[in-house]
Amino acid sequence: MTQTMKQFKNGLLDQNPTLALMLGMCPALATTTTMTDAAGMGLTTTAVLICSNFAISALRRIIPEKIRIAAFITIIAGFVTIADTLLQAFAPSLSRSLGIFIPLIVVNCIVFARAEVFAFRNGVGRSVLDGLAMGMGFLMALLVVAGVREFLSAGTLFEFRILPEAVPTLPVMAQPPGGFLALGLALAVTQAVRSKRKARSAV
Amino acid sequence: MTWQGLITLSLGAILIENFVLVKFLGICPFIGVSKKLDTALGMSMAVVFVMTVSSAATWAVQEFLLVPLGVEYMGMVAFILVIAALVQLVEMFLQKIAPALHKALGVYLPLITTNCAILGVAIINAENGSGFFESVLFAFLSGVGFSLALLLFCSIRARLEFSEHPEAFEGFPIALVTAGLLALAFTGFSSIRIF
Repeated sequence: MTQTMKQFKNGLLDQNPTLALMLGMCPALATTTTMTDAAGMGLTTTAVLICSNFAISALRRIIPEKIRIAAFITIIAGFVTIADTLLQAFAPSLSRSLGIFIPLIVVNCIVFARAEVFAFRNGVGRSVLDGLAMGMGFLMALLVVAGVREFLSAGTLFEFRILPEAVPTLPVMAQPPGGFLALGLALAVTQAVRSKRKARSAV
Repeated sequence: MTWQGLITLSLGAILIENFVLVKFLGICPFIGVSKKLDTALGMSMAVVFVMTVSSAATWAVQEFLLVPLGVEYMGMVAFILVIAALVQLVEMFLQKIAPALHKALGVYLPLITTNCAILGVAIINAENGSGFFESVLFAFLSGVGFSLALLLFCSIRARLEFSEHPEAFEGFPIALVTAGLLALAFTGFSSIRIF
């Protein structure tokens, strides 16, 4: 039980794939114009991560060490293709607004890194849990960035109006520069919190 | 293709729809290898080269394998494997034929397999159903756009080393904020009407 808790703490905070390890930056910038898009992207990536961790962990004694990279890519690409097809069929509007970034989950460093670092060396149960924890960490990071951007650019969260219409907004936050700025600020806050915690534990 | 089309495509791929700053493709190398100018140059050359060659290869796979067999939905799997194999081939080929270039590209060549800009170009070309010439040209120009953004960013970042900024912004955060300002400059191109 404690190990499970630790895994989730790792995924969400200490080793948050995006905010701490700087992995998966492209989707963190491109799919965070609205919280709905961010949630869609985060959940799709989580699903792929759980499936690929499961498959790679289950096959870890069969896959030869030397060609493991090619094997990982093929397995991940297979699951991404399934996810892409399912989204096109059941959530066409989400699929359209995420566009090319759904197929590009194949080259998302997070999925690949968890396959190499965790799933290839651990049991099936732990690996599935790891996929869930890391996916949730990624989802959280996306939602934070998207929340800042959507709130500042439109005054809404999940398309639900928070600020009155009359309050002026910053449309630039929904455009590419806003993505860089919001992610930069989120990372700065993370670093500030971390250095404060380190200073406290050193005393 | 007419010369107007050529100019529209070039300006579009390099400035208006810049791969890094507008489309958010290839952010990892953009942030990762922009600390020194010579490594940025090596990465740029590797990306332009591999992007152009791989777009030709993926076009052939799409046209002669996926479409005739009616399995376009397998595009992603086929493309990523073709790109991975191609990068390996290019590396062995360069090592034999042009060792100097191979040395200059160094570790960046194998890293390119997981650069989402390369797979991105292949997918965009397949979705648009572009012809051979158009695909290769678009890939080459996108590579040039990537290089332009990377080299610009690298030059700015070199000065960042000597500037004062809050401690919390040290490293990645200040780099991202800088990239945001650069992207802001690039949004100026989006309102250009070419013809």
